[in-house]
Amino acid sequence: MKLATQPCHSDRSEAKRANKRSCVIPTGAGAQATAKWRNLLFLATTALLALSAAAQVTSDRLLHADQEPQNWLTYSGNYAGQRHTLLDQINTANVKNLAAKWVYQTNTGGRIEATPLAVDGILYETGQDDRAFALDARTGRPIWMFQHALPQDIRPCCGRVNRGFAVLGDRVYLGTLDSHVIALDRKTGNVVWDQVAADYKLGYSFTAAPLALKDMIIIGVSGGEYGIRGFIDAYDAATGKLRWRFYTVPGPGEPGHDSWEGDSWKIGGAPAWNTGTYDAATNQIFWCTGNPSPSNRGAGRAGDNLYSNSVLALNPDTGKLNWYFQFTPHDEHDWDATQIPVLVDSGNQHLLLHANRNGFFYVLDRSTGKLISATAYGKQTWSATKDSLGRPLAKKEASPTLEGHTVCPGALGTTNWYPPAYNPQTGLLYVTSRDQCDIFSTAPQPYEAGHAYYGSAYFPSEEAEPYIGALRALDPASGDKKWEFPHTSPTWSGLLSTAGGLIFTGDAEGNFIALDAATGKPLWHFQMGGAVYAGPMSFAVDGKQYVAIAAGSSLFAFALP
Amino acid sequence: MVCAFPSARAAAQNPLANDPKAAKAGEYEFRINCALCHGLGAHGGGRGPDLTRAKKKHATTDADLFQVISNGIAGTAMPANGTNGQGVGMTDEEIWEIIAYIRSQEVKAPAQSGNAEHGRQLFSGQAGCAKCHMINGVGGRLGPDLSSVAGSRTHDALVDSIRNPSRRLAWGLTESSKEFAQEYETVSVTTADGARIRGVTMNEDQFTVQLMDMGGNLHLLEKDKLKSFSKSRESMMPPYDAESLSDSDLEDILAYLATAEAK
Repeated sequence: MKLATQPCHSDRSEAKRANKRSCVIPTGAGAQATAKWRNLLFLATTALLALSAAAQVTSDRLLHADQEPQNWLTYSGNYAGQRHTLLDQINTANVKNLAAKWVYQTNTGGRIEATPLAVDGILYETGQDDRAFALDARTGRPIWMFQHALPQDIRPCCGRVNRGFAVLGDRVYLGTLDSHVIALDRKTGNVVWDQVAADYKLGYSFTAAPLALKDMIIIGVSGGEYGIRGFIDAYDAATGKLRWRFYTVPGPGEPGHDSWEGDSWKIGGAPAWNTGTYDAATNQIFWCTGNPSPSNRGAGRAGDNLYSNSVLALNPDTGKLNWYFQFTPHDEHDWDATQIPVLVDSGNQHLLLHANRNGFFYVLDRSTGKLISATAYGKQTWSATKDSLGRPLAKKEASPTLEGHTVCPGALGTTNWYPPAYNPQTGLLYVTSRDQCDIFSTAPQPYEAGHAYYGSAYFPSEEAEPYIGALRALDPASGDKKWEFPHTSPTWSGLLSTAGGLIFTGDAEGNFIALDAATGKPLWHFQMGGAVYAGPMSFAVDGKQYVAIAAGSSLFAFALP
Repeated sequence: MVCAFPSARAAAQNPLANDPKAAKAGEYEFRINCALCHGLGAHGGGRGPDLTRAKKKHATTDADLFQVISNGIAGTAMPANGTNGQGVGMTDEEIWEIIAYIRSQEVKAPAQSGNAEHGRQLFSGQAGCAKCHMINGVGGRLGPDLSSVAGSRTHDALVDSIRNPSRRLAWGLTESSKEFAQEYETVSVTTADGARIRGVTMNEDQFTVQLMDMGGNLHLLEKDKLKSFSKSRESMMPPYDAESLSDSDLEDILAYLATAEAK
């Protein structure tokens, strides 16, 4: 068994709280940890046996999620968004023996895009059409099932999908395709409260996993293809009462409002359709936003269109904006910046890593929002120059035309919503990426409430075929690509990094694959029979480490024999 | 908006028929939802049929079109509304707008100029098409079955595929319809015992390949057990230039494909 060899990170007071023999999660490339995770796993398992199944998931447990690596308590595994498990029972030496332990089938069409949560031996997962279920993590047997009664006339963009739960106390929380935020009882799946956030008939919906933080449930809205006005909401976890709402498109009198032409801000889009991350040291959440509406036509919304395609640093107690960084001003290519912002400490630098849909890998100082570097990590033709702050500038000729012309990356982007992973041992950010170019065309489509509002269309350009899919390992220090694992075709799989030196990914052909995090060499695979559109995660029960991922409309769990 | 069309699903007639405003709105919807396969002007392409043809294979009435757009066509790449990964899915009203747009674009099909009987003779004889292509159960297996290709590909796309087959392999679809993604790439492998096999991919993933050789034999291979594996987008189909197949012979073959498809 591989043992972690690094000493404990010393400068974080919360590091050694609950378990003196364990370490805090190294959140940075320079962070060190000496813990023997095998021992930690044993201790954690022993602790689990002592816990009653009713143990509350306190906000403190969420803050220190890395102290209980047998659980997976947030969408990205921890508040830093690293999607790195400290479990190392499965490692580069023995992963070749990994075997399927169980499969849970939803027995219906559509696909699961969610990452399950693991809490003390129970998995909580959401699926297509806003169904959800709790499973015995050892056997995959359901404990309860839930399905939200969706109206017949919802028309969510891009699939009837949901990306997962948040957990807090004795409840799990999800957003729905008809714009409800719902709290379920963890033991029964019973609805505790059900809050309507917006009118689905105007194109508002929720697909993202909420973020549980302090005593709040924070969630961003979807609907950038309908001319919505984007927002991020914080709800009182106990009652469902709205604490604050941050509109991602500033209204009259607010800073940034003048970045919109005329009344275009009213239908400006900028949804916030993925899950944010949190930095306790500065008490900031980092939440990313999507495209301005209409996505492929800039005429009529002259200006930078704040805060579309940005990362927002918000005070979670007030919902007030500390700073923002806009990756693609005045976007005309549907390059939502909703990728998970990954928080990493390197030396005395507190970084935010963002491999963006527009083809650039951005490294920011997360205390200030200042750009440190922006490096292309995939095929792009839209920018050849940078401004004085180092931000890539769009070429004028990259704008869509009436007849249509080819721009790279395409609208699906160099990456998309599927979560990346960061491994503190290698210091690398791992990103599922795609090199595809699209023909972007534009037309003066009028806005009509609740109707799709693209300002015309895009589709794959034959000039750039075949499309390339690859898992890329990026070095935040240099921006360079350290290795690349080419996929047979582009995949929509998220990634998992492990302390066993592994990166897990899924592919469009249905394989679940383990690679050496240092080299990208594939070490194991399993054919699941359905394309992957979800992120993998890891948990442990009874001292045994599992890795789980959804493929098609089923959830799979793997462990050593 | 759906409540404004309470009986829309049952309607045999398009409530928006001949409404130019609806047709214009339908054009935008068409671009978003349909143009990937059917082309920006509904003229079709390498993936989907030319919808400007007044006569359509799977739909005659507006009600037929509504049903096809709503539910897709089983066994083809035509997906049900909202499931193709492009666009967001349409309301009943928007579907009727698209139908109004399609009807506004329809033109009378140009008269077929070729001699179908001569085309049939060329196809199964001198031109050698039938060595690799099957029509209605007769012919080879290495290339795509062409029984219904005339209905699903435009004239120009077919000419291009014959004159320059490597310029564009079979049009694959995006991954949401991946079961239709076979692109007939050319694969060459050397097996562990030194045998060299050349053929087209039936399917492939990261670790395996399923291919058909020139003799129509299937080979189901694990890549890590091969001595060599290479893949090319140079089609195994020879290009037919004007010298090997005159323009008029080519039109005859297309006429034959059209009659085969009409059966």
